[in-house]
Amino acid sequence: MKDLADNSGQPSGAMPDAPPAIELRGISKAFGPVQANKDISLSVAKGAIHGIIGENGAGKSTLMSILYGFYKADAGEILINGAPTDIPDSQAAIAAGIGMVFQHFKLVENFSVLENVVLGAEDGALLRTTMSKARKHLTEIAEEYEMNVDPDALIEEIGVGMQQRVEILKSLYRHADILILDEPTGVLTPAEADHLFRILRGLKDEGKTIILITHKLREIMEVTDTVSVMRRGEMTATVKTAETSPEELAELMVGRKVLLRVDKKPAQPGETILKVSDLRVVDDDNVERLKGVSLQVRAGEILGIAGVAGNGQSELLNVLGGITRATGSVQVNGQEIDLTGKHSDGRSRRERGISHVPEDRQRAGLIMDFSAWENIVFGYQWDPACNNGMLMDNDGIRRETAGKMERFDVRPPDCYLAAKSFSGGNQQKIVLAREIERNPDLLLVGQPTRGVDIGAIEFIHQRIIELRDAGKAILLVSVELDEIMGLSDRIAVMFDGRIMGERLPGETDERELGLLMAGVTSGEGAA
Amino acid sequence: MDFSTLIQILDSTLRMATPLLLACLAGLFSERSGIFDIGLEAKMLISAFFSAAVAYETGSVWLGLLAGIGSSLVFAAIHGVASITFRGNQLISGVALNFLAAGMTVLIAQNWFQQGGRTPSLMGGARFEPLTLPFADSLAAVPIFGPLYAELLSGHSILVYVALLAVPASWWVLFRTRFGLRLRAVGENPAAVDTAGVSVVALRYSAVAIAGLLCGIAGAYMSTGLGAGFVKDMTAGRGYIALAALIFAKWRPWYALSACLLFGLLQALALRTDVVARIFPFEMPVQLLDSLPYILTVVILAGFVGKAIPPRAGGTPYVKER
Repeated sequence: MKDLADNSGQPSGAMPDAPPAIELRGISKAFGPVQANKDISLSVAKGAIHGIIGENGAGKSTLMSILYGFYKADAGEILINGAPTDIPDSQAAIAAGIGMVFQHFKLVENFSVLENVVLGAEDGALLRTTMSKARKHLTEIAEEYEMNVDPDALIEEIGVGMQQRVEILKSLYRHADILILDEPTGVLTPAEADHLFRILRGLKDEGKTIILITHKLREIMEVTDTVSVMRRGEMTATVKTAETSPEELAELMVGRKVLLRVDKKPAQPGETILKVSDLRVVDDDNVERLKGVSLQVRAGEILGIAGVAGNGQSELLNVLGGITRATGSVQVNGQEIDLTGKHSDGRSRRERGISHVPEDRQRAGLIMDFSAWENIVFGYQWDPACNNGMLMDNDGIRRETAGKMERFDVRPPDCYLAAKSFSGGNQQKIVLAREIERNPDLLLVGQPTRGVDIGAIEFIHQRIIELRDAGKAILLVSVELDEIMGLSDRIAVMFDGRIMGERLPGETDERELGLLMAGVTSGEGAA
Repeated sequence: MDFSTLIQILDSTLRMATPLLLACLAGLFSERSGIFDIGLEAKMLISAFFSAAVAYETGSVWLGLLAGIGSSLVFAAIHGVASITFRGNQLISGVALNFLAAGMTVLIAQNWFQQGGRTPSLMGGARFEPLTLPFADSLAAVPIFGPLYAELLSGHSILVYVALLAVPASWWVLFRTRFGLRLRAVGENPAAVDTAGVSVVALRYSAVAIAGLLCGIAGAYMSTGLGAGFVKDMTAGRGYIALAALIFAKWRPWYALSACLLFGLLQALALRTDVVARIFPFEMPVQLLDSLPYILTVVILAGFVGKAIPPRAGGTPYVKER
């Protein structure tokens, strides 16, 4: 660790003689029997961008919570700029010059940008003087780091990219020298992410130290100087980014070789299974969410819907899955299905051979307090196969569940365990097992790998490909461009309730898709 | 209806609106910090009893007021411990306090004074006397303005003026001070306050304490200003009406003033059936008049009056995120 601090990749802004901005020595933290952090040592050079990568539950967030004073470490020492520092609460972390940008922003929605920046760092008991000083200071920082924000804009009225900039400004306003960002790009378009990275490089040039927590290998490779890998609460490696590769990092994260590219044969599309024409949805607030969507999915083909969250993808899935009412026309296997009325519900859809893996598995896919076997029968509880006359055939369902859990490698394979006790990846496998094993003609999948670790992602992707190869039609919605590019046979990009265009994965790139996702059409091919 | 009747009704409106306004502002502070307070009623009632009882025993209305505020603060503290420290259900805690106050006041009153669950009538220094504002007498002769000043504004007990001044004061605290900024933030997104290094618990306790103070004044006014002694269930649902006014007012102090004056007017009209009879060509049953404030409450709570967005973190205990 020590030698790394002395020559950590010589980042351009780094000062070789200065003590490391952050040094952790033997940090351990346990929650009951779970050892979240085991003897972690880490040293981050001043003026470096340091990545911390690891699967969900590897202990990244716990470590950062200790740094930000949310938890007290059971053992170990924190040194800030070479001085041992005790961080009992967030106030102490701020005083030590640490700023944190959380994955879920900690902003007050109906406050202005300025009020959010000032909150907790006011100059005196009265706001008037604080506000005028803060306005000046904020404008200065914003100009210095090229982050244009309107101090009087309300948070609820600005986009997520801008909200994130407010979070960064909040830290800078508090004179943070060390900035920790937790999964910062999850909510951003590729263009916004690029902008963020430009800001981070600018901050680094000013001598700020940045810690970037992410599970996206591409970001690590793109922006960091050094990277640490965490696995099961331990820091398994710290390497210079220039001297490693995504494959090596993935292997360090998971502990075995991982297939980063989805391995699949060319599609052999058959007849059209799903035909959607001029689909429109108006929500409760009278806002049109889908503005005339038309698309087709053929048997043995995966149609990927790319787009930034909130551009109508969820509504499309919900209409097809029988959750939302709509106007327009949808044909499955050449037959019209009802979009309103009593035959437009989830059960009718399932009877027509449509299975739905919802985007939010914890809210729409599972009942978290119910056991795995109960969850695996949901949506199909009316099926005579699950019943003995008037009563549910619980023993039969449990036997069935055990088989499904084995085939989908759900761990632990205990069908009595409540859904909330499984990890994100295993929860998703339970939902997939339920929907895929019904052998649907059309599978709707929303965000199949959100919050799922790399090992499970590989498995889930393989299962989806297998279903495709079995001649089924698959409609995939994901905000992860990598996933869309890797899995889809055709890609449709949604923006503002419309399909902006269709592309073939081999004939497009992330840049072009990113532009479409932002609503920019390149002239040809737009629907 | 002549001018003097109008003045009389408005005068009565002001007096009826005072306890509502204080309770409404109490609810405003509490709910702005994210703590729902259905127990405004309880705090007013317990304060009404203790201020009357202590004022009677000591002969000093000021000691009575202190006792009332003290008892209301104790109830506020119970609500705080239940809903902030132990993260209990805020509605349940409030309802429990309401029952407790309703039963406890009558029980103690009976045991103490043996007058059927009421306190003896208060007289002299044991009541808040009307204050005459400066120049009220000399200005009384001026047309229009004179009666407005001398009869409508002047001649109320000091607590009425406290309630009226509490409106700009609350506005100033909420929107012009650091405390107010943090208080509003903690009711919207406590995590933002927490990560900014400010204690969520301390902020919420202070908001609940302010609610206790204001409800204490409201209760004391009921039994020592508006009335002359404590009577069983004398708050008569004013705590709930104040909550309705709070929703009507969209959690804003100046709107709260207007909403409470409206409710006060309805209550004042119910006292003047003769006037109502002259306005309406048909006979309006007294019972209907009496129930108007409650009917309006139901209408407001059912959401017929525009869209009111409560503080987003209202009702949910704050648990630190991992």
